[in-house]
Amino acid sequence: MGAMLLSLMIVFPLAGAILLWVLPAGRTSGRVALVWSLLGLILVGLVAKEALSGDQLARGGFVLESKLPWLSGATGSSIASRVEISYHLGIDGISLWLIVLAGLLSPLVIAASFTAIQERVREYYTLLLLLQSGMLGVFCALDLLLFYVFFEFTLIPLFLLIGIWGSKDKRRAAYKFFIYTVAGSVLTFAGILYYAYYAHAHGGLPMLTFDLPMLYQAAGSIPAGVQWWLFIALAAGFAIKVPLFPFHTWLPLAHTEAPTAGSVLLAGVLLKLGTYGFLRLSLPLLPLASVALAPTMAVLAIIGIIYGAMVAWAQQDMKKLVAYSSVSHLGFCILGMFSLKMAGVSGSVLYMINHGLSTGALFLMVGMIYERYHTRQMGQVGGLARTMPWLAFFFIFFTLSSIGLPGLNGFVGEFLVLLGTALSAGTQDDLAAGPLGFSYAVFAASGILLGAIYMLWLCRAVLFGPLRQPDHTPDTSRGLTTDLTRREITILVPLAIACLWVGVYPKSLQQSINQSVASNILHHQQTQAAAMGNVISPGDRQVVWQTVHGYSAVEAGDQP
Amino acid sequence: MDSLQQYSILILLLPLLGAVLAGALGPRLLKGATHWVVILAVGGAAYCAYQLFEVYTHLAVHTHEPVQLVIYDWIGMGGPTSWLTVNFRIDPLALVMLLTVTFIATWIVVYARDYMRHHHHPERGYERFFAFLGLFVFSMCALVLGGNFLLLYLGWEAVGLCSYLLIGFYYDKPAAAAAAMKAFLVNRIGDFGFGLGILLIYLKCGSLDYDYVLSSAGITALGDWAPGIALLLFCGAVGKSAQLPLYVWLPDAMEGPTPVSALIHAATMVTAGVYMVARCGAIFVTSEAVMTFVAAIGGITALFAATMALVQYDMKRILAYSTISQLGFMFLGLGVYAADAAVFHLMTHAFFKALLFLGAGSVMHAMGGIIDVREFGGLRKVLPWTCYTFVIGSLALAGFPMLSGFFSKDLILHQALEVQPLLGWLAVITAGLTAFYTFRMVLLAFWGPKRLPFGVHVHESGPWIIVPLLVLAIGAAGAGYYFHEKLPEFLVDMMTPFDVAFEHLPPGAVVHGLSHEEVGLLSGVVAIAGIAVAVLGYWIRPDWSRRWREESGWLYILVHNKYYVDEILATVLVRPLQQAAAVGSAVDRYLVDGLVWLVAAGPRLVGFILHRYQRGAMQGYGVMMAGGLAVIIFLVFIFARVLAAAN
Amino acid sequence: MAELSNYILVGALLFGLGVIGFLTRRNLIVVFLCTELMFQGVVVNLVAFARYWGNLQGQAFALFLLVIAAVEAGLALALVVVLYRRRGTLDSEAWNSMRG
Repeated sequence: MGAMLLSLMIVFPLAGAILLWVLPAGRTSGRVALVWSLLGLILVGLVAKEALSGDQLARGGFVLESKLPWLSGATGSSIASRVEISYHLGIDGISLWLIVLAGLLSPLVIAASFTAIQERVREYYTLLLLLQSGMLGVFCALDLLLFYVFFEFTLIPLFLLIGIWGSKDKRRAAYKFFIYTVAGSVLTFAGILYYAYYAHAHGGLPMLTFDLPMLYQAAGSIPAGVQWWLFIALAAGFAIKVPLFPFHTWLPLAHTEAPTAGSVLLAGVLLKLGTYGFLRLSLPLLPLASVALAPTMAVLAIIGIIYGAMVAWAQQDMKKLVAYSSVSHLGFCILGMFSLKMAGVSGSVLYMINHGLSTGALFLMVGMIYERYHTRQMGQVGGLARTMPWLAFFFIFFTLSSIGLPGLNGFVGEFLVLLGTALSAGTQDDLAAGPLGFSYAVFAASGILLGAIYMLWLCRAVLFGPLRQPDHTPDTSRGLTTDLTRREITILVPLAIACLWVGVYPKSLQQSINQSVASNILHHQQTQAAAMGNVISPGDRQVVWQTVHGYSAVEAGDQP
Repeated sequence: MDSLQQYSILILLLPLLGAVLAGALGPRLLKGATHWVVILAVGGAAYCAYQLFEVYTHLAVHTHEPVQLVIYDWIGMGGPTSWLTVNFRIDPLALVMLLTVTFIATWIVVYARDYMRHHHHPERGYERFFAFLGLFVFSMCALVLGGNFLLLYLGWEAVGLCSYLLIGFYYDKPAAAAAAMKAFLVNRIGDFGFGLGILLIYLKCGSLDYDYVLSSAGITALGDWAPGIALLLFCGAVGKSAQLPLYVWLPDAMEGPTPVSALIHAATMVTAGVYMVARCGAIFVTSEAVMTFVAAIGGITALFAATMALVQYDMKRILAYSTISQLGFMFLGLGVYAADAAVFHLMTHAFFKALLFLGAGSVMHAMGGIIDVREFGGLRKVLPWTCYTFVIGSLALAGFPMLSGFFSKDLILHQALEVQPLLGWLAVITAGLTAFYTFRMVLLAFWGPKRLPFGVHVHESGPWIIVPLLVLAIGAAGAGYYFHEKLPEFLVDMMTPFDVAFEHLPPGAVVHGLSHEEVGLLSGVVAIAGIAVAVLGYWIRPDWSRRWREESGWLYILVHNKYYVDEILATVLVRPLQQAAAVGSAVDRYLVDGLVWLVAAGPRLVGFILHRYQRGAMQGYGVMMAGGLAVIIFLVFIFARVLAAAN
Repeated sequence: MAELSNYILVGALLFGLGVIGFLTRRNLIVVFLCTELMFQGVVVNLVAFARYWGNLQGQAFALFLLVIAAVEAGLALALVVVLYRRRGTLDSEAWNSMRG
């Protein structure tokens, strides 16, 4: 069962998409998709339960693995006989929570679309289910090509979602989004191919394999110069996806024009494909380059944090403001990751999840305002707290979560990222000194201040002051009410609970995250040492392992 | 679970539960009875705080050792000491703060029952208000109970949030919305430094628990960074406790309902900075310069704010400036190693300033929302209870002998005159000004001929308002005398680092000038003189005050406009930032996206050239295919020829 | 027995006629017939070479192609009918929506 579970989870929404086409088109499509997606969420829950049971994660590897040959050459000709491309799935503590996030957001956005989507209903929900499949798949893939296939697969449904159901400038937004991200990811693809080739030709791997755990082992044998180029190639796709400054200009446009569900999934999950790619591929596969280029990445991230916040402040369009806030927030993810310390990387992973929850919720709410007032301009609506107390409550709640109020989720990630960045240069944890340092943290910390400025600015403009609304609004057709409907509240409540939960008891997530992050960092330390010609003795390995693990008494021999 | 743990958890959970119940059930179910939930919750917290005090004093009669309670693992920091815990530290300082906060909060919540019901925004937001109050008490208790810097930061931000919500309570007033945002953002400026200080502490100590950081081992680990860290932490205090230059949010915060001003902006929240410095004394005393800096900020702010209070007409704003000034006194006390005096002043100030704010609220209540003292006068006869309790509070604030403010201010002045004589004398002048502006306000509002705003039906407030006033008046009158020996004794443990550092001050740094009795006499005389001048100028010869105003000319205009600090900040800080944001937005649109466009322009050009050959006609493609084939064949032939010739 | 070159010449002629027809005619059905003509030119070649080499692979392939061509003809003519219904003309110029 365990081995099939991941495949089942990925295929399940796909089956739902087919089911939608078999059933007659009409109003029911949304309900069917919702039910199906909720069943998918149950599957995700099963996966989480299975993954967290026992101490499998503490061993530091992947769990729920399944591996089937996919494109292994068997025809006898020379190179192809040594090619191994497999359908290899498996998760660890990092991908697990991203899967949970994707599984949670999917039914919510489906439910959020009931009133907003009035035409081509069936096609819309089909695409959402397809997207769900793709998102789940990308976090499970342990084969580089499979990863890439899923990575690109997510583009198509979203491209169509933006292009068909978007608002005014939807065509341009969809094309820009698609072409920009594809232009980056073809370089990633080239990098992946060359990496596999190099690891086989010079890295001592017996075949041309795309299997991630196997490639991890070859990571130490790739010279720094090659790593440098490969890093840039991989980063081209990931940095655009994140998006890292200055590759972010597709994002505000895509977010603004996309339908609510598209914006939510884009911000909540799809941007994380970039950060996840960095974490899953760039860091462990290219240890030397990621240390050497970490300051560059960190500087770009910090520019993104400050610049994104400043530009967000100047926006008049609510959705654009939230979109630019994503640029700022994702900067923190990148920064923490490249601190190469437990706290930073763990914080970065948490930050990915937190951003998905709070920014996702903010996009949902901007969508809810848009449905009623048919505008996203801050100048045209205001004082909504009077007529929409529920909206005001949630809006302020998620704003606070977004600006890192302690006790809510945003703070935990932000704090850990800053802590890791500050700690990076030191060796208090008995690991090699990381590439960043306290001065980076000082600049990044200004994001705390700037983040508060633009979000409170938004709150003040939309919620406070005298009531201001365009003529003939609020639009209460299609079963909407002036304040949020029960359906909309039900959508926001799970997100609010999740935010509170992560803020109050992050340990429940961090336990599993840290186990995987620890093994990641250990791996990084080892390959880094190996690449520089030092071999870590088993004794040292034990020390390092216990240092990064701290709390876990697992033997060093058990990790990958 | 021992009783310490139970009580400390209850202190936090009761107000939180009250807030959640009030917020969740209030609008539908409880409605007008919502206040009961929160009154019971906050009162219960006060009771638990008292029980905690009892248990603690019986535990540690002799030692006053702090007790550390670990509740649960919170954040994983990585590394060997991997989990940062939610832990409480119960020691005399925390207990003093807890008792003060919960006691005063209880009476303010009681007061709010009537005040909010009959205020000029009838009905609306009644439940919301009480939910916020409960949330505030929870946050404040978390702030003082927390046993590590991150919990301190949590409470710190959470009280800031409550302040934001409560200042913006009348959210459809643009001024209130702006003030709320300003308060939060100005605080965040301070928190920027505060947060960096916390990061540095972890960087140097590898821990955030008070138990370790404030121990001698922790201080050693901080090493040379200790003064820098102290300054960064102090940034936070400057923001939260409204000191120069970040005080600007507090006067505007008076947009909130009056009980809020009393609870948050006078009695408890703003003193968090004082609490923090007292708590982190061990870090601050590592450098004499830092202590001098703290004292200087405090002393100068005290004088500065007092001068602004001289010329205001809005009662709540006068009290706001007075709060800033009194907080300055507290920081002065901290800076001159008299932390116990500062905490003592914090406590007495909580009583009399809460009383004064509630009294001002009662006046406002009676005047139908008008609070400008030019609009009314001679209210002594119509609002007797309010008037006399207000006078008691004013006397305490002015430092009238034997009332609470006298004792605590006296202790601060005494030590200030010894350690920082210059600041000490400034503080004496400030004390005189305090007495003057306080009584100016009292006399304008309550004495003189009876004047009422047009169309206002004046009535004395009901028991829900009068009883809290009376209770606080008793505190304002008696707390000083009752505690002036007990409190320093109780806080002796907190004082250790301050005392040690004080002992080690270089010779000559301490001037032995005036004795305790002499300082007492001095401050008493100054207070009475200030009151006398006020009486002279605003009661006996009102024309004098008019003359003072006219003769001071530009000085009056400068002070009346609050030294133009808000305008200066707007010009040098806010507007440039806003312009930078606008420029950034333009840069993003034209430069960054322009580069992207440029990159895309290459393929677009190629496409532009080639598109005319895509005519869409099937036969056209056929011709091109045939032609292409011909060209390729031709090239292959040529190539073969060339190859053959080369061989 | 005729020379191989004769067969190839016939094949080339058929193919050439097909190409010319394909490029010059406008009627969709004629155009389609011309592609069939090119097809048959190729098939003639296949059969001729099969004979020349004395094995059956080319002939088998030719049979295969004939089937494919038949299927394709069915499909293509159906498409032509649909196109005719849409525009009421068989002129190939009427269909240029792929114009760049």
